[in-house]
Amino acid sequence: MAAGETLTASSYIQHHLQNLVYGKHPENGWGFAHSAQEAQEMGFWAIHVDSMAWSIGLGVLFLWLFRKAALKASSGVPTGLQNFVEIMVEFVDNSVKETFHGKNAVIAPLALTIFCWIFLMNLMDLVPVDFLPYLFSAAGVEYMKVVPTTDVNITFGMSLSVFFLIIYYSIKIKGVGGFVGELTLQPFGKWMIPFNFLLEGVGLIAKPISLALRLFGNLYAGELIFILIALLPFWAQWVLSVPWAIFHILVITLQAFIFMMLTIVYLSMAHEDH
Amino acid sequence: MNLNLTMIGQAIAFAVFVVFCMKYVWPPVIQALREREKKIADGLQAAERASRDLELAQEKASAELKEAKQQAQEIIEQANRRANQMVEEAKDSARTEGERLIAAAKAEIEQEKNRAKEELRAQVAALALAGAEKILETSVDSQAHSQMLDKLAAEL
Repeated sequence: MAAGETLTASSYIQHHLQNLVYGKHPENGWGFAHSAQEAQEMGFWAIHVDSMAWSIGLGVLFLWLFRKAALKASSGVPTGLQNFVEIMVEFVDNSVKETFHGKNAVIAPLALTIFCWIFLMNLMDLVPVDFLPYLFSAAGVEYMKVVPTTDVNITFGMSLSVFFLIIYYSIKIKGVGGFVGELTLQPFGKWMIPFNFLLEGVGLIAKPISLALRLFGNLYAGELIFILIALLPFWAQWVLSVPWAIFHILVITLQAFIFMMLTIVYLSMAHEDH
Repeated sequence: MNLNLTMIGQAIAFAVFVVFCMKYVWPPVIQALREREKKIADGLQAAERASRDLELAQEKASAELKEAKQQAQEIIEQANRRANQMVEEAKDSARTEGERLIAAAKAEIEQEKNRAKEELRAQVAALALAGAEKILETSVDSQAHSQMLDKLAAEL
């Protein structure tokens, strides 16, 4: 809620959905965007400072916690943090083993990172919607969107990384010929190459897009509903926000799990010969 | 929904985090888990082995106990038998000893009797001689009559 703005419902919502953007404005030069319009005009070469900061901060938090446990890890009786970390690692390890049968040292840590990191980013959704933006606006920061996964850039950043891994492992395991053959020679044989390519190409491209948009859509919608609930009179908010928050605990865990599981499935498909 | 540099930033952060996780988080934790798994499996196996050993030992102990009891029984029986035997032997030897003693005593008695007879005979001869002397009032020439006297003594 920037000072001087009239507080209507739509401006409140828009304000909450606006990232803190740093970039080069065609007229004003380098700096933070002061409105959604300005942010739009900055084009591709701008960065969402809030999303990046929260996302990296939460990623570092995850790694710090797990590294701390990893340093103390022993085969003795585990306690506290080590217990928790071991449960997570075991859970991810089992998920990977059930789905992926090849040998690959990257996939399990990748899955663990995805699950924990996305879960932490989603968890920011349960912080009351006005709390952090209000604190930051008091400190002079105009816009603050605290849930990184409601930023489509963040989800695409991850899903495209997964996409590159899919292509990398497809080519590494099957060779360029094998990968191209997989894209063009099925399901209908060599006389239908263009049609096959269209089908398989769409299937391939759909993977990162669906991965990113599923996570983004769920969290964006969840956040939006929290914002809408926040528009109610303060004495009525908890009637809706408490059930929604409780339900959301399920959603954020589930979305993190789905992202992880699909990544494992896609990478295991990339390792398989047809 | 404006795509911008954030996407690339996030991809870089993602790559860095994954590499860090792969290098410094995953291996120690998973290694500790595997080690503990192995330790527990070993422990369970050892426990199972120990309980099997215990069972075997108990079986062996009871078998040995049974054998020992049997042996003891045998020894007792043997001892009883031997004792009876010894008693019998002792009885036998006592009996023979007694018989022998009786026999010796009898022999001695016989000897004594003979000696007494002999003595008696000699005295009777002397007595008879003295009597005859009294009767005849003369001395009997013992030289002359000795042959007759000896014959008489022998008849007694």
